[in-house]
Amino acid sequence: MAITLRVNRQAHTVDCAPNTLLVDVLREKLRLTGTHVGCDTSQCGACTVHVDGRSVKSCTMLAVEAADAEITTIEGLASSADGSSGRSGLADGGNLHPMQAAFQECHGLQCGFCTPGMVMSATDLCRRNPKPTEHEVRHWLEGNLCRCTGYHNIVKAVLAGAEAMGGKAK
Amino acid sequence: MKDFQFHRPSSVAEAVALLKARPDAKLLSGGQSLIPVLKLDLAEPSDLISLAGIGELRDIRVDGDRIVIGALVTHDAVHRSPEVQQHIPALATLAGTIGDAQVRNRGTLGGSVAHADPAADYPAALLALGATIATDRRKIAADDFFTGLFETALERDEVVVAVHFPIPKRAAYAKFSHRASKYALVGVMVVDTGHNVRVAVTGAGPKVFRHANIEGILERDFAVDALAAASTPPDELNGDLEASAEYRAHLITVMARRAVQACL
Repeated sequence: MAITLRVNRQAHTVDCAPNTLLVDVLREKLRLTGTHVGCDTSQCGACTVHVDGRSVKSCTMLAVEAADAEITTIEGLASSADGSSGRSGLADGGNLHPMQAAFQECHGLQCGFCTPGMVMSATDLCRRNPKPTEHEVRHWLEGNLCRCTGYHNIVKAVLAGAEAMGGKAK
Repeated sequence: MKDFQFHRPSSVAEAVALLKARPDAKLLSGGQSLIPVLKLDLAEPSDLISLAGIGELRDIRVDGDRIVIGALVTHDAVHRSPEVQQHIPALATLAGTIGDAQVRNRGTLGGSVAHADPAADYPAALLALGATIATDRRKIAADDFFTGLFETALERDEVVVAVHFPIPKRAAYAKFSHRASKYALVGVMVVDTGHNVRVAVTGAGPKVFRHANIEGILERDFAVDALAAASTPPDELNGDLEASAEYRAHLITVMARRAVQACL
């Protein structure tokens, strides 16, 4: 069946079976491979994207369910509403989103596999709760697993990213 | 995942008609339990009928002495609802502990209730609060709804529309979570309705159940220390890799004490 998805503010019409997962359309059809598949059992959160602004696991949603929604992946985060940090670093030469910049600054990653999901999840948190406490950050990230167990710097990065995002809004 | 036909009806009546016409169809709500089940090929429905296009199932409203929450309301929306926070704060808190943030953004009240996972949180709230499940054709008391392991009183072609929660005098939920899945190893909801005390336990047995012994104790004396006399026979509780039946029996009293403490 043909479905039209709006991904990173651009409409794409793709042909896929009803049992196709959103993550598979993003990665295989649209080649947006920044969204990772870590566990495939709905636990690790590496596949987290925003659907209508809310973080969801794209391995636990059918592509056809996302047909009317606005989807943002890690590739589109820096050009979203709360935008750019002014710090370069993207593959296309563009600037990082403030949360991405905070992960880089705080070394909030080791192998980097869980990072796109962590950044997407953290951004959803900070948009809704601009000044989260450390406890709130840790509770929120329960759906994102880091196999390197580098949580300490990830939490530091989210707190710094929250401040940077809040700073922009003022 | 096996292939299936996908439908997106725009009314409850249309969803019921699709279910009647397709005996191997399943309803899809938030999909946070169903899609993992499909990915493991534990279910192979011929058709998936998404309820997402039925806007009327997304309402939360206060109706006299109860809160009515639509079947499609997400756990996150219940957690953040000013109405729920004001009138049944324990329910708002409970919803904020289900799964993780991503699951709460997609998972729905109706989906959780119809799925009836023996370790899900909502069933404890429905049973302890004395909620009523409204479907396309009738109203079912929570006491009659949860009939067994993933089993409910719903007919095959019946659709959950909303849940009616009576507003209690005081209530609290305490759970001991599995560290990875966040499902309840034991979750206890304690409710003082103003007329009686209702206590429901999830995660510990093959289905959610009311705890008559603890209800009796708390009706005589609604106090943490009164629960020193509480006991649960472990015979019918789950024992597994995570926790023995005896440990779960012990946790029931501990969680009940925490819930009563939170009520006071």
